[in-house]
Amino acid sequence: MDENMRNIPKEKLRFATKRDLYHDSRFETKPVSYFQGAFNRFCKNKGAVVGGIVISILVLFAILAPLFTPFQPKYYDMVYSYVTPKNSLFVESGIDFWDGCKEKNTSRVGYLKDLALAQETGREVIKHGEYEIAADGSYVYRYDTYYGVGFGKYKIISPEEYKDIQRYQNETGIQVLYPIVKASERPTLEKNKYDANIYYEVEKLDAATIKPKLNSKGEIVPNYWEYAAGEETSVIAEYNSLRIEGENGFKKDGDQHYYVYGRRVDGGIEVRAEYYEYYIYQHNEVIKDGITKPSFLFGTTQTGKDIFACLAYGARFSFLFATTVAICNFVIGVIWGSISGYFGGKIDLFMERFSEILGSVPSMIVITLLKYHMGTSSQALVLFIAFFATGWIGMAGRTRMQFYRFKNQEYVLAARTLGARDSRIMFKHIFPNGLGTIVTSFALVIPSMIYSETSLSYLGIINLEAGNMTSVGTLIAAGQQSIMANAAYVALFPCAFLVLLMLSFNLFGNGLRDAFNPSLRGTED
Amino acid sequence: MYMFKYVTKRLSLMLFTFAIIFTMCFVLIKLLPIPTNALPGQDPEIVMKTLEGRGWITNIQEGENGVWTYDRVPIMIQYGTYIKRIVTEGDFGIVTTYGEYLNMNIWEVFVNHLPPTVLINIYSSLIGVPIGLGLGIIAALKKNKWQDQVINIFIILLISVPSIVLALLIQYLFCFKLGWFPLTMSTSNEYFTMRVFRSMLPAVFALCLGSIAGYARYTRAELSEVLTGEFMLLARTKGLTKRQAIYHHAMRNSMVVIFPSILSEFISVLSGSLIIEKIFGINGVGGLYLNSITFQDYDFFMLLSGFYTLVSLTAGIVIDISYGFIDPRIRMGAK
Repeated sequence: MDENMRNIPKEKLRFATKRDLYHDSRFETKPVSYFQGAFNRFCKNKGAVVGGIVISILVLFAILAPLFTPFQPKYYDMVYSYVTPKNSLFVESGIDFWDGCKEKNTSRVGYLKDLALAQETGREVIKHGEYEIAADGSYVYRYDTYYGVGFGKYKIISPEEYKDIQRYQNETGIQVLYPIVKASERPTLEKNKYDANIYYEVEKLDAATIKPKLNSKGEIVPNYWEYAAGEETSVIAEYNSLRIEGENGFKKDGDQHYYVYGRRVDGGIEVRAEYYEYYIYQHNEVIKDGITKPSFLFGTTQTGKDIFACLAYGARFSFLFATTVAICNFVIGVIWGSISGYFGGKIDLFMERFSEILGSVPSMIVITLLKYHMGTSSQALVLFIAFFATGWIGMAGRTRMQFYRFKNQEYVLAARTLGARDSRIMFKHIFPNGLGTIVTSFALVIPSMIYSETSLSYLGIINLEAGNMTSVGTLIAAGQQSIMANAAYVALFPCAFLVLLMLSFNLFGNGLRDAFNPSLRGTED
Repeated sequence: MYMFKYVTKRLSLMLFTFAIIFTMCFVLIKLLPIPTNALPGQDPEIVMKTLEGRGWITNIQEGENGVWTYDRVPIMIQYGTYIKRIVTEGDFGIVTTYGEYLNMNIWEVFVNHLPPTVLINIYSSLIGVPIGLGLGIIAALKKNKWQDQVINIFIILLISVPSIVLALLIQYLFCFKLGWFPLTMSTSNEYFTMRVFRSMLPAVFALCLGSIAGYARYTRAELSEVLTGEFMLLARTKGLTKRQAIYHHAMRNSMVVIFPSILSEFISVLSGSLIIEKIFGINGVGGLYLNSITFQDYDFFMLLSGFYTLVSLTAGIVIDISYGFIDPRIRMGAK
């Protein structure tokens, strides 16, 4: 090497000009701001992005679902209690799933009752009409919880409604009213007396379990109340509409006979109305609340509330509530924390002691005391004040830490030397630097608030179910009872909502934290 | 001597905080209307006399048509009587509106309900601590390998899934579908029989899953931080095997942080979990608390809120104090 250096020909050497000296080169890349960098880092974290997407789906659900479902949390229908989730897509495609049916395992008598209902109304009470007989002799089949309600109980309606239903039947050609059974031929025990599903001849009227009497072919024999034309008594209500026996009745012993569709009783007319069609009639013609037919996407609870609507309204309340409380806590916490952190000294000591004492009161006690004192006002307000009373402390602590971190740095000193006011230094110079950490804790506070609200309403300390309001926690409490009734789907949907929410908020929050504080990546606190 | 000073300082601060909270609670409760309505089957005169005897009201008189009039004792005098009774006789009052335990000594009712709560939490810690620590250690030692990934997913799932859902799932699967355990805990008083123990198990599982995840996450974070420490390199350089280095140096150092949290959890087992107690129908303190709220039994509520506050405060300072005892290098509160 030395040899080569020495033997460089003279002509190859030239003077270096000033221009050839590059000490530094210009950056060709664009400058990345703090928030842009944070956003880029966030996007690289797949879990966090998925979490963010799931959160937005849940928020969209909470905003949009109440607009699109005609059902409301205050709606309930005791007849359709514990009907299983039904999705019309699955029903139409004939898949045995999410079709409003459930597996039923019953005795032969139970099967015959469902069969009788199916024969009278022509509905698929037993899905596809298929059944299997298990080893112990019980019948197993898919039972439609909507059609299985059948006629429910004998219904007493006003004469005007009786007329209106007939008009409705004549206009649409849909059979709502079916012939009734003579009162003397109905079962006598209190629990079976009003059961409108028993339209057939039975073996024993006073038996605890009603068994249909079958004819020689093994068929069910209808036992409708009939009368010969022109022999109406005053008890029989006039009926000029669709008849299942045909418009002109049927011939019996040479006479024209008709079935009886309504019986005059005290307070109105007793009828057997098929509940499915009656429900449609009621909601479309009388109440006109936008409900077109009984079909509950997530099923109903024990009290016949629509789970989909309750969940949507509950979720909407939860999100709104948590965000409002979080914003209030954020504002107060930031102001408190920045004053305490910036000024330090005696002020800090006093403010710290105050928030420490307030923070060590268990939140349960705060809520209970508030509940006692504000007994008459709305429970949502109680909850709001309770969460607000102790919720800002965490935020204040975090802001205080950030202020301690930055307040002695040179740039703050420079700002102060240039004559900046305290408020300017606090909110223009220090606060933006700590914003990342503070925003992260803001995101993590929302799910914890929703969870506390849910568990409080689950425990029954706060009862949000007033008026047209409900809460996910109340639904979960209803779901727990329904486990015993083998209707676990009541708990399934609210639980799934809660799990999705918590999981995605956790992923999202961790992603935010890593994005804003790259140095904290991987450490979990 | 230094530690002693520190501990006394912390303890007196804690007692001060507790006194403030307790007084606040008392005043807020006493500002409410006094429940003087007699329950069905109760003689109104006895109710009024009892309240007078407790020192809450004075100057009772029966007016016309059975309406009683009375004067309220000033709150601070009531507070004095209340504290005096507690200090001298250990008397927290008697149950006035909580129908099931009417006229019983509040303290006795409370003590009778402690065992189920405490037992369930102790069992859950006994299961949760070793499994949680074990999982955390495995995850930290196999960091970024598949074992770590699996444990991490498990931890994130368990931490995110709320305990309500976990407990319901356990109840549905093990108690309802499979029928291995009874749906709710047996109300029998013989806590150490097999039958009662079995009925406790679902609640224990539901409780310990959460703490397993918590411990595993904590241990993993701590241990993996310690493992990257320079003294670990030194330990390996001076000839220790990996096992020796981990056992004698890494584990001990990570325990400095983990042990206090175990200790504080053992203290907070006393307060139990309201949700778990409600789901599994445990006849514990949580249920008492919820009922005292619904029945508005104020003396009961005072005792229980004092208890809950004390437990949470104690758990808090135990962490701080134990740091100083476990690791002499940490001098808490030193200038």
